[in-house]
Amino acid sequence: MINLTINGLPVSVEKGTTILDAAKFYGFPIPTLCHKEGLSPYGACRLCVVEIGEGSAAKLVSSCTYPVEDGLKVRTASERVLKARRIIIELLLASCPQSKTIQDIASRHNVRQQRFRQEYEDCILCGLCVRMCKEQMMAGAIGFRGRGQNRSIGTPFDIKSEVCRLCGGCIEVCPACQTRCTYTEPGKAICGGCANLAPPCIEKEQFHDMMCYMSPCVACEIKKA
Amino acid sequence: MDTKNILDIIKKHNKNKVSLISILEEIQGAYTYLPEKALRLLAKETGCSLTDIYGVATFYKTFSLKPKGKHCVSVCLGTACHVRGAQNIVEEFKRELSISPGETTPDNEITLETVNCLGACALGPTVVSDGQYFPHVSKSSVKEIITRTKGGGRSIAAEADIRIFPLQVSCPLCGKSLMDHDYIINGHPSVKFNVSMNGKKVWLRMSCLYGKHTVELENQLPPNELSRFHCPHCHNEFPSFSTCPECGASMAALFVREKCSWEVCMRQGCQGHILNLDQINLHKKSDKGKNK
Repeated sequence: MINLTINGLPVSVEKGTTILDAAKFYGFPIPTLCHKEGLSPYGACRLCVVEIGEGSAAKLVSSCTYPVEDGLKVRTASERVLKARRIIIELLLASCPQSKTIQDIASRHNVRQQRFRQEYEDCILCGLCVRMCKEQMMAGAIGFRGRGQNRSIGTPFDIKSEVCRLCGGCIEVCPACQTRCTYTEPGKAICGGCANLAPPCIEKEQFHDMMCYMSPCVACEIKKA
Repeated sequence: MDTKNILDIIKKHNKNKVSLISILEEIQGAYTYLPEKALRLLAKETGCSLTDIYGVATFYKTFSLKPKGKHCVSVCLGTACHVRGAQNIVEEFKRELSISPGETTPDNEITLETVNCLGACALGPTVVSDGQYFPHVSKSSVKEIITRTKGGGRSIAAEADIRIFPLQVSCPLCGKSLMDHDYIINGHPSVKFNVSMNGKKVWLRMSCLYGKHTVELENQLPPNELSRFHCPHCHNEFPSFSTCPECGASMAALFVREKCSWEVCMRQGCQGHILNLDQINLHKKSDKGKNK
């Protein structure tokens, strides 16, 4: 067992536990976005930052990837943590404002506006879908490609993967719905759900406004009516 | 694309996932890019998922999924080069080659690239073509770089390589010069003589740079066939003293400074050549060839 203090409370947890798990176990809430039980920790969204150490040695770490240490002093809601978290939420909002998940997190942390240039990305590169596909669905059909500004998620060579079983797991976990319908380009489609239904909306432009519609793609029909 | 070749490369690394980057580097070395088929084969052989391999291949700038040209020109856009106007150099290259950075000319000759720093900031603006550095490049020297890149190939510039030097050649029989001062190859007067094969007679011009192997023919001759070399002035066949160290065919001797001989393989396409510095007696066959 390892002894540490979380927000001043001395606790002891098993070796190998992450700070996030320990804090959750003792009832200290830490918001997460790219963390999901059953998937390996990734530390991409940085929403789960906590402060460890004291004085000038204090630093911010992502609690989902940091294993507990003996004598560790963790603060999950210090001034510095809250400030960093708000900035992270603002940045997430700036890149993906249409995401329901991110909007919810923002509202829970009382973030009402953001100060950065507004973009309308459809992916925050949290890697949830990649891990879902690889670790839970044992497929590995999608992955990260490129780096820096050009980093994106998708299938190799942008063509339909042979190992994809159209399970829809990637769309299920996506907080920003990166894998939105691409039926207008069937070769790139991941789910193919709407292709089976042969919807009358193939040529329609409305596709661009839509987020995700896994189960029967009748979104455009509803919109029309 | 040769499947066996790629399998050999993968086997060399014991089909090990850990050496993924080395394998990719070797495939890129063999094909100038990473063919999709090769990546799929690699995934199958190493057990690594195609997604991961594709991720690595797109992550590093060294790897290219598109075929590259024969020559690669990289323009440095690092801070030092940038402030000295590297952007203008890029524009000039774009205009001259009519391609954007990252693209290859339609004839598959030159790939234009921009790089962030070549580590030669004092020489800026710097351009590297096939490993050769061009310092203090100005807009006006862009054209020359392109010509030199196209002509020089991957070899070092002729003037800089001590193994390549110009020779003055004459016919060993009539003693008349074989140099054609009106026709320049590789920046030097060319050597001109006649070649016959199966009754067909054409002229041949070759670079007078020893070791350069640039050859131009009036008409295409079948490769790997033996031909005969004749003097254009006295129409006699050049004498032969030695056999080619590369392919074993007999070689034609041309006189250099009227005493030594430059012997060239008469097999079409063979690059075998010898510079024989022993004084040659025309009537006594000498086999003492001194290979370069």
